[in-house]
Amino acid sequence: MNQRVHIRVIPRTGLLDPQGQAVEHALGVLGFSGVTDVRIGKAIELSVAADTPAGAEAVARRMCEQLLANPVTEDFVIEVEAR
Amino acid sequence: MSRVAVVRFPGSNCETESLAAVVRAGGTSVLLDYRETSLGGADAVILPGGFSYGDYLRSGAIARFAPIMQAIQAHAAAGGAVIGICNGFQVLCEAHLLPGALLRNAQQRFAARPVDVRIERSDTICTADYQVGEVIRIPIAHGEGRYAADEATLQQLEADGRVMLRYVSVPGSDAPHNPNGSARDIAGICNAAGTVVGFMPHPERLAESALGSDAGHRFFTSLVSRLAVGAAA
Repeated sequence: MNQRVHIRVIPRTGLLDPQGQAVEHALGVLGFSGVTDVRIGKAIELSVAADTPAGAEAVARRMCEQLLANPVTEDFVIEVEAR
Repeated sequence: MSRVAVVRFPGSNCETESLAAVVRAGGTSVLLDYRETSLGGADAVILPGGFSYGDYLRSGAIARFAPIMQAIQAHAAAGGAVIGICNGFQVLCEAHLLPGALLRNAQQRFAARPVDVRIERSDTICTADYQVGEVIRIPIAHGEGRYAADEATLQQLEADGRVMLRYVSVPGSDAPHNPNGSARDIAGICNAAGTVVGFMPHPERLAESALGSDAGHRFFTSLVSRLAVGAAA
C-alpha cells in the first residue's frame, strides 16, 4: 500500500542561510518585531509503496541520504502520514 | 594529441568556450553528451559551467546521476584528469569526487564580475603553467559559490595542500576580497594527486587576448601539456 511521506530539508544549524537572513529582514520591515533565527529549506512530499509507516520512513531516509538532502550542509526530518 | 571531452548536460552553457579554450591551447576537444556511457577515448574530461537541470534540488545534485557520470567516476579513480568549472565544480562535490559543497552566496546575490585569485598549487593538471603565489584576474558568474565543509575537512584540505585557488584582495583593486563568503577564501580545490580539480571562476571565458586578457589561457595549456606528457610516457 502507499504511504504518504513528508520530508523537510533544512540548512544545518550554524551554517549561514542567506535566504533566511533576507526574509528575516523583510519581516522586520513589515513590522513583525522579535523574529529571529529564520531558516529556509525545502518541503518534499511523496507517496511510496510500503507495508508500514516504518518501512516508508526507512526508504525515505535512504532517499534523503542519497539525493534529497546534502549530508554536508543539510539536515532532514521525515514524517509519515497517519492513516 | 591531447583529447579533452567537454560534457554537455541539459542546462550547461559554457561548453563552447571550454571546447575553444582547449583548442587554443593546442589540444583537441570533443563535445560529449550526458547520455553517453563512455568517454570515447578522451584523456581528460571537463564538466563545464551552466545550470545543469536548472539547478533543481541543489546545483549539481541531478547531474551527478547522469549516465556519463559513471564513466567519469571510473576515469577519476584510474587517475584520469577531471576538471569541474563552476557548475562542474558543484557536480564534482555532489558526486563526492571532491569534498564539501557550494552554497548560496553570502551576499544573497548572483555574482558576475572579475575576481582576483591566487594560484596555491602549481602541480595540478590545470595550474602547471602558473607559479605558486601568482595572482590572476578571471571572472566568476554564480549564485551558489560559497564553499562550505566541516571544520575537520577544511583543516585536512589545508594540511594536504589541496586548496588550489584562493580569492585574494589586490591593493587598489575594486574586486571584493571574497565574493561569495567561501570558507577560507577557497575558490578551487583538488584531490591529493591534483588530477581531479574543481573551481568556481571561469578561466575559459578569459583565454584569448582579443578579450582584453588571456589570464585563464594557461589553465588549458597546463592541461594539454600534462596530457601530452602522459600520452608519451
